[in-house]
Amino acid sequence: MTNTYEVNDANFDRKVIEQSKETPVIVDFYANWCMPCQILGPLLEKVVESYEGKVALAKCNVDDSRESASKHGVRGIPSVKMIKNGEVVDEFTGALPEEEIKGWIDKNI
Amino acid sequence: MTKEYDLIIVGAGPAGMTAGIYAGRYMLNTLILGMLPGGMITESHKMCNFPTYEEISGTEFSQKLFKQVQNLGVKVSPEQVENIEKVGENSNDKEEFKIKTSSNEYIAKKVIIATGTEKNKLNVPGEKEFLGRGVSYCATCDAAFYKDLAGGVVGGGDAALSSALLLSEYANKVYVIYRKDKFRKANASWIKQAEEKENIEFVFNAVPKEIYGGEGKGVKGLELEDGRKIDLEGIFVEIGATPEQKLSKEMGLETDEKGFIKVNKKQETNFEGVYAAGDITDNPLRQVVTAAGQGAVAAHMAYETITKENN
Repeated sequence: MTNTYEVNDANFDRKVIEQSKETPVIVDFYANWCMPCQILGPLLEKVVESYEGKVALAKCNVDDSRESASKHGVRGIPSVKMIKNGEVVDEFTGALPEEEIKGWIDKNI
Repeated sequence: MTKEYDLIIVGAGPAGMTAGIYAGRYMLNTLILGMLPGGMITESHKMCNFPTYEEISGTEFSQKLFKQVQNLGVKVSPEQVENIEKVGENSNDKEEFKIKTSSNEYIAKKVIIATGTEKNKLNVPGEKEFLGRGVSYCATCDAAFYKDLAGGVVGGGDAALSSALLLSEYANKVYVIYRKDKFRKANASWIKQAEEKENIEFVFNAVPKEIYGGEGKGVKGLELEDGRKIDLEGIFVEIGATPEQKLSKEMGLETDEKGFIKVNKKQETNFEGVYAAGDITDNPLRQVVTAAGQGAVAAHMAYETITKENN
């Protein structure tokens, strides 16, 4: 089963907030026109898959899900937030190399 | 296992990508290492001076460039280069280069450095803390998040004014915050367009002191050195850029006093087998069109040299 899935305003609470009470969830706020998002997205997916279910990746398109982005204070993309037990515990903005993503996940799960 | 290439290009902006196009067409086994295909031009609202395009957004240009490179079979890998060193000699008694990234090691016959410049920071309290939550270095990427809010652009050059114009399409108020008493470097057409916008206000003699916000929230305002406070939710920083100097310093590449790598007409550096192209060089005009031209020359010279060495 893939650990990466799309989320939107309608299911954000269930698939991110509620799910994060079981497993940490990384939310990738992105847009299709954003070049750094196009680089970061596949890297995040690859790294998250290597954690074999210990962490999930929820991808949230900010153009389609403005309410979720606004509610979480997103004012720049790509914006990546680690959610545990319904709370944001860490975040970063911009594309990072693979090793730095791994280090960030290790620090937070 | 260490992967071997004819040519490794460090940097994926217009210089590095054009070098990739030429190298791909010369059938050189080529790898481009860079975190952002398109580089800094991806952040440009619009570009109006590239031949064949009367107007094109930085994002669209970068996507076309990326696709063109990929269609030629040249791989672009999102890796940050940590160091480059000369190692041993290959079968043709020529030295090679070892390129180390955070996740891999590569060997290349020739290297092109096209790492460009990095945007200058304000270096004031709040800048790091509110990155992505009100502080941005790219209006093209983030202006839309400020619909009906107040925003500010710090800087007084073309990039600052074009960012302010873009931001004014979304924000209800835009402050252009500049340390001098009038615009001195900006192109007159950008100044005129900004003056004509009702929701743009110029704040001169203004030096930022601190970006402040609420606990756990985004930006609430900017305090200036003279005590003035500006209420705003977003700050875009456009105060120029400086060359990436880590690699050039470690390798001992000759630079000018500002850190731009010195190159000759063949884009050669003082380090045999290492070429440089684009904004990282001491070229007097830093534009996409000149970066592309330099990238083409660098790839051509690398190709000629590799061909001679192989014969």
